[in-house]
Amino acid sequence: MTDCYIYDAVRTPRGRGKADGALHECTALHLAKTALDAIRDRNDLDTGLVDDVVLGCVDPIGEQGGDIARAAVFASGYGDHVPGIQINRFCASGLEAVNFAASRVMAGQYDMAVAGGVESMSRIPMGSSGAALAADPAAALPGYFIPQGIAADLIATKYGFSRDEVDAFAVESQARAKSAWDDGRFEKSVVPVRDINGLTIADRDEHLRETTMQSLGGLNASFAQLSSMAGFDAVAIQAHPEVDVIDHVHHAGNSSGIVDGAAAVLIGTRDAGKAAGLTPRAKIASFATIGSDPALQLTGPVDVTEKLFKRTGMTFGDIDLIEINEAFSSIVLRYMQAFDLDPAVVNVNGGAIAMGHPLGATGAMILGTALDELERSDKETALVTLCVAAGMGAATVIERV
Amino acid sequence: MALKTFTLDLDADGLALFTWDMAGTSMNVINLDVMADLETIVTRLETDEAITGAVIASGKQAFSGGADLSMLETALKTYHAGRKMDPVAATEALHSETSRLSKLLRRLETCGKPVACALSGTALGGGFELALACHYRVAADTSGAKFGLPEVKVGLLPGAGGTQRISRILSHQDALQLLMQGRELRARQAKGMGLIDDIVPANALTDVAKAWVRDCKTPTQAWDRKGFKLPGGRVWSPHGAQTFIAANAILRRETALNYPAARMILACVYEGLQVPIDTGLTIESRYFTKAIASPEAAAMIRTLFLSMQELNKGARRPKDVPDRTPKKVGVIGAGFMGCGVAYVTAAAGMETVVLDSDPEALERARAHAERQIADQIGKGRAQPEDKAALLDRLDVTDDYAALEGCDLVIEAVFEDTGIKADVTQSAEAHLSNDAVFASNTSTLPITGLAKASCRPGQFIGIHFFSPVEKMRLVEIILGNGTNDAALATALDYVRAIRKTPIVVNDARGFFTSRVVATYVREGHIMLAEGVPAPMIETAGKLAGMPVGPLALNDEVAVDLAWKILDATRKEMGEDAVDPRQMHILEEMVIKRGRLGRKNQKGFYDYTDTGEKRLWPGLSEISGAQLDPEAVDVDELKRRFLVVQALESARCVSDKVITDVREADVGAILGFGYAPHTGGPLTYIDQMGTATFVTLCKALAERLGPRFQPDVLLEEMAGAGETFYARFAPEKDKAA
Repeated sequence: MTDCYIYDAVRTPRGRGKADGALHECTALHLAKTALDAIRDRNDLDTGLVDDVVLGCVDPIGEQGGDIARAAVFASGYGDHVPGIQINRFCASGLEAVNFAASRVMAGQYDMAVAGGVESMSRIPMGSSGAALAADPAAALPGYFIPQGIAADLIATKYGFSRDEVDAFAVESQARAKSAWDDGRFEKSVVPVRDINGLTIADRDEHLRETTMQSLGGLNASFAQLSSMAGFDAVAIQAHPEVDVIDHVHHAGNSSGIVDGAAAVLIGTRDAGKAAGLTPRAKIASFATIGSDPALQLTGPVDVTEKLFKRTGMTFGDIDLIEINEAFSSIVLRYMQAFDLDPAVVNVNGGAIAMGHPLGATGAMILGTALDELERSDKETALVTLCVAAGMGAATVIERV
Repeated sequence: MALKTFTLDLDADGLALFTWDMAGTSMNVINLDVMADLETIVTRLETDEAITGAVIASGKQAFSGGADLSMLETALKTYHAGRKMDPVAATEALHSETSRLSKLLRRLETCGKPVACALSGTALGGGFELALACHYRVAADTSGAKFGLPEVKVGLLPGAGGTQRISRILSHQDALQLLMQGRELRARQAKGMGLIDDIVPANALTDVAKAWVRDCKTPTQAWDRKGFKLPGGRVWSPHGAQTFIAANAILRRETALNYPAARMILACVYEGLQVPIDTGLTIESRYFTKAIASPEAAAMIRTLFLSMQELNKGARRPKDVPDRTPKKVGVIGAGFMGCGVAYVTAAAGMETVVLDSDPEALERARAHAERQIADQIGKGRAQPEDKAALLDRLDVTDDYAALEGCDLVIEAVFEDTGIKADVTQSAEAHLSNDAVFASNTSTLPITGLAKASCRPGQFIGIHFFSPVEKMRLVEIILGNGTNDAALATALDYVRAIRKTPIVVNDARGFFTSRVVATYVREGHIMLAEGVPAPMIETAGKLAGMPVGPLALNDEVAVDLAWKILDATRKEMGEDAVDPRQMHILEEMVIKRGRLGRKNQKGFYDYTDTGEKRLWPGLSEISGAQLDPEAVDVDELKRRFLVVQALESARCVSDKVITDVREADVGAILGFGYAPHTGGPLTYIDQMGTATFVTLCKALAERLGPRFQPDVLLEEMAGAGETFYARFAPEKDKAA
């Protein structure tokens, strides 16, 4: 098997995913182009060497539809010969784009590829592309479909995380993200989004908030009313009958933010890197994907980590740093509980609760965050994992070289 | 071809009036003759140029009750027999049979000529589907007529276009509610929703329909016209998708997915609205075939339609006793049950005397009746003038002499043998020799109570369920000496109040209380085993029971369960009770005073607003809590259904039950035994007696002798017999 290396990773800042968000004026394509341009320009890359552009996108419809990766190739001028493919594994799409491209490199069929993701949640609202998973009884019933926030509440109830605990985690995420920004830890990877004249539209994450336990305590749980009205609590309880009543603890302040953004990672063989005059920053050591309990929906990171460790023989003793997507507080709390992890090595620079979760791009973004942090703190190995809608999980382990 | 079930009256101007009037029955139903006639009618409309349009009417009070379900039963028998030889051919034959009406109705609505439907009264199921396939529907202004598609209640779905047409007339949400609940509508509601175009006086019905046909310019349905838009918007509009997402969850909440037909209705609407109606009808037909062939449909059609209808028509009534419908009925004891009994009796048109020594109780009985009838009037189920007439029939008194002339007296006094004996004797002093005295006891043996009577042959048990207005079952208990005249009186009375009777023999707990007690006991035992209480409750509901066993016990009263168990132990010894259940109940009732909903603390805690939550202290009295991941919920579900089925089988062995239909109907109507199974004996029959016995033995091995099958079951398993074959009800023996 050929080793696959990471040569660079970039991301746009994350704009608030609303009409007044800084990136709302930008098309999703413009965000993707920004990431692709940066990969080329920062590395003085001959895009003639690129075998493919793989982009994750969760609502590939309208301006994000019909293979936005090939569209981005044109917009960035990578050359007609560079194909593009858009993939969708919901929230892990950005990471799975990297894994998809890496597997082709490892299989000896690609020399170099750009992988990442894009989502303009302000322009293409979440859920716009529809889903048989949610609406078609043939899938929604066996799949115990419930909205993710309610699944997150189920996880909190089942595994015993109180409102105070999920809020405290959110406060900590915000604090870590702020100090990471203040400390300049994201400067290496965040590339500003500019207009056609080269003027800066956004160069900093927009979603961060000053939060305290008091300020979060004032927020009402987001999913209580919807859930009891539409029967979702009952679905959750039928799947997990030891739960008496769902404790709705999640709200906007302890859930991932809705934002716009894009990311890209340059990967390839050692030889391809050498030919391009690049130095590898890390190796993609292993990755895995799994289907997990559909009603809990978002506990996939636990299952996929077990699967990956079983196959590779690794343990948490081999992992220096963990980056798990903060879709909701309870997801991270459950992950740390399941493996009895030290919170100090998990999401050291905050996560999506503070900075937002541009669905298709996040996986590639947090892979870059982990890589930067390994280098900054001079550590070796990081595990990046995301929970995925409909009960799935994806994980990737990278090692510095 | 001549019409057998319709008459044709052709106007000079080419307007054809087809009047549906089947011979030898009071209700038009769709059977093979009707289908053949519809074929003839449709072909004639398509081809006969002399006909310009048509009105389809009924020669009866109602328009149609829908498909003849015994025809479906026959089709199913053919299918199951044929399947053994050639499953594909058998399925194709069934599908072709079951999609026939749908295709005919599609031809009717696209025949190019205006067709109006004149609804003289009730139109349900296939009858309403026929109406929906007409271009115009007008109903006669009569009270009591009902319209809707109740197929889901017998495990079926509307298979002649109902799911497709309803969801093209109503919003997705309204359509799904109507179809998945099988709701029946009054004419005014149906008109309000646009399912009926107009309501006119009965004598003008045909003329209005004809006039519409004459004036009709566009003999097409809205969905066949250019530019048609679904009333609920496209399935994949944001609103549309939300409706289906919620509908999936609500379906699971309401049915625990025990009813495949309900699920298929949702699929029909979801899939059918994404395609043109012809394709939608094809999709619906495929699901209809699938639903018909399901064990749930077979079980529900038999128990909830055919058997129930047979019992309602007096299957158990002694044939040679002339009509004994009471004209005057006495109700002794104006408690909660007495008030209910008095109201339903007076509402059914019988002169009713309520007797109680407490004037406040008597006032409550009147107030209760007033509230009930006002509610009925509010819902359009009764006319305003009914109120005065009803209250006029309801006499309240503290004087036993007022019982004079009663044909039937029902006592609903405190469950105490002495009090009941006094009441019996005081009443009988004023009754004619012919009158019947009934006890509404739920626990005391009738033969024992009859000892107080001077005419024990005329003494019978009439066990109502609470709330009386809502519960459809009445359990009639024969004492050892009860005579046929008393039984006939009780059955004629139950028929008059439009409830469904079962007739059982006298033994501890009769039938319903005895069987449902095993459900509650199994819940108590699980609690003692350390199964987390929420799992017990949810498993009960997942099994198809209306509520969990602990919630049910709270409703009935936990101290009552304790008293019955304590009495059983005293009378029959320690071995007759489960020590774990004793322990749980003693801890609840004696040590903690947790009596159930009545004192707002039982297995649940209750708030003043009626909300409840499992009592957090349950772990104090339960066994050490098991790890939920190690508890097999499917096994819990099985235990609940099996333990009740086994007790029902024992009731057959003990001859408490003498007609298997009564066990199934009684269990479903009386305490909600998982209706999708068709009742506890059908549950055994469908599983196969041998499989059931093996399952029971395995459970007995693990969980104790309460699961041990009895001699009868062993014998039946050995001979490969089912309950419905070995104890075939009279009608089948004749066939």
